[in-house]
Amino acid sequence: MHTGTLNQGTGSTLAIRVDNLTKSFDGLVAVDGISFTIESGEIFGLLGPNGAGKTTTISMLSTMLKPTSGTATVNGHDIVTGEDDVRKSIGIVFQDQSLDEELTAYENMDFHGRLYRIGGEERRRRIGELLALVGLDDRKDDLVKTYSGGMRRRLEIARGLLHEPKVLFLDEPTLGLDPQTRNLLWEYIARLNDETGITIILTTHYMEEADRLCDRVAIIDRGTIIALDTAENLKASIGGDVVTIASPDPDAVAGLLTAPWISGIERHDGSVTIRLQDADRHIPGIVTAIHQSGIGITSLSVRKPTLEDVFLHYTGRTIREEEVSGKEAMRMFHRAGRR
Amino acid sequence: MDIVYTIWLRNVKRYLRSKSRIVGSLGMPLFFMLMLGFGLNSIVSIPGMEEGYMEFIIPGIVAMSVLFTSVSSGIQIIWDKQFGFLKETLVAPVSRLEIMIGQTLGGATTAVIQGLILMVFALFIGLEPAGIVGFLVAIGFMALIGVTFTAFGIAIASRMEDMHGFQLIMNFVIFPIFGLSGALFPINSLPAWLRPLTLANPLTYGVEGIRYGLSGTAQIHPLISLAVMAGCATLMTVVGAYLFRKIST
Ligand SMILES: Nc1ncnc2c1ncn2[C@@H]1O[C@H](COP(=O)(O)OP(=O)(O)O)[C@@H](O)[C@H]1O
Ligand SMILES: [Mg+2]
Repeated sequence: MHTGTLNQGTGSTLAIRVDNLTKSFDGLVAVDGISFTIESGEIFGLLGPNGAGKTTTISMLSTMLKPTSGTATVNGHDIVTGEDDVRKSIGIVFQDQSLDEELTAYENMDFHGRLYRIGGEERRRRIGELLALVGLDDRKDDLVKTYSGGMRRRLEIARGLLHEPKVLFLDEPTLGLDPQTRNLLWEYIARLNDETGITIILTTHYMEEADRLCDRVAIIDRGTIIALDTAENLKASIGGDVVTIASPDPDAVAGLLTAPWISGIERHDGSVTIRLQDADRHIPGIVTAIHQSGIGITSLSVRKPTLEDVFLHYTGRTIREEEVSGKEAMRMFHRAGRR
Repeated sequence: MDIVYTIWLRNVKRYLRSKSRIVGSLGMPLFFMLMLGFGLNSIVSIPGMEEGYMEFIIPGIVAMSVLFTSVSSGIQIIWDKQFGFLKETLVAPVSRLEIMIGQTLGGATTAVIQGLILMVFALFIGLEPAGIVGFLVAIGFMALIGVTFTAFGIAIASRMEDMHGFQLIMNFVIFPIFGLSGALFPINSLPAWLRPLTLANPLTYGVEGIRYGLSGTAQIHPLISLAVMAGCATLMTVVGAYLFRKIST
């Protein structure tokens, strides 16, 4: 496991500490002994494919599920023995929508404010502010069932912030949203963290989301954390830029590429993928070498590594969006139908 | 108390907003009242009651309406589960007991409103109000039926994954409870082997209580009815709260 050098054990400002947390559902180990800490003020990402155990982790940290073993604290409170204090410290946006569609946006906010015992005057003021923050103040008296997916998500985020939580959980905040709305939400989330210093832990299976938004990313697969660091460091850790060469004779190409500055080489059908630092400098040499030995090149591409490459590197698989389990597909279908 | 009120308020708001549900669930009770009331009024006479059959079944139909409304209010929790809203409530720093009580009182309130609407209709077809006290007694019994059966609905919903079981519960629990409650027939005219079933049925005491309030006569002493209904409401609330505590989303 790859562990970052930042933020190691600086005690007093920890927002979340997770220690060997495990959850099994009759036999199936959904979360398998994960440990990490989150500094206060961080945006922390849990990145992994469907079924990796992200939601289960969030459910345990938000006291909705009891861990099978292990411990965790949120804002200094134990998630099992300090359940009520944890609940007061957190705001949460669940993976699946959790609004009352028969109520207006304002009424949904008001319900939440009353549930968290915020007094009348302050409640009204904060609802006004937050609805303005997420740009819904002009639609506040419309029933939520008339809202688009992006508006609902923004409303849920505003609602999660109403009681001024120390830690905000966002479980797949942009799942099923169009790219434009997704970008907008990223801006909201980043600005929120910037302006209020709130700690945010978000789960996602979108590389770009983790990359752009998170200070640190934990890559989770099959219930375990396989790498944890800044996106920058994670990408650097797998050996530099990615060069893909397609050729009629990939074996011969692979045989040629033996220079010491090539840090990784993989064969796929019809192409060879190599990793190296400073690809721009080495490309001419590589192309010349291949040409001189009489092997053709069909195409060649160079790109910076993404978190997808990091995931591929550690697991040998890709986080593909189409690997959606049956239940997940049903849920997404339901959501789509309601949006 | 704030929390109970908050949950109650949401339930009542949703109810008042769903005009089609209000009108829709008036259909069957009105149909029963008109068909049975007018159809049988001249051929059925109830021993020991001077009034006609219409006068006899109005309290029964009001009870039926309260019964159906409250059971479906309780079962609404399954919709909250499926639409995800239940999580919003369960993750808040409030006790499940407060949530359950709010839900129960909310369901009971909507059921009583539904019963009152029916009573207003009944005024036009033969219900003669027996004074304000009687009217309040009837409302009290409606509220107790409402609490009992909303809590029952919550208990069922806490154990059910989806709405598939709903029809089963309606057909094999709620309709028999209604049929064996003395809402449509006087208890004394039932065959002897059915009578114990009727007397074991909580709704019987609710119907008799409403009947006492609306017409001033009943086959069961109103204090007995009150004691039984209050006991049932308490018991069902405890059972419902116990099962709701273990609900998972
Ligand atoms: N309530 C549950 N009962 C049984 N299995 C579950 C339950 N919740 C999640 N799982 C299983 O645990 C694994 C992790 O699920 P989840 O945490 O939802 O993953 P993610 O959020 O990363 O997509 C999956 O295999 C899922 O099927
Ligand atoms: Mg998930």
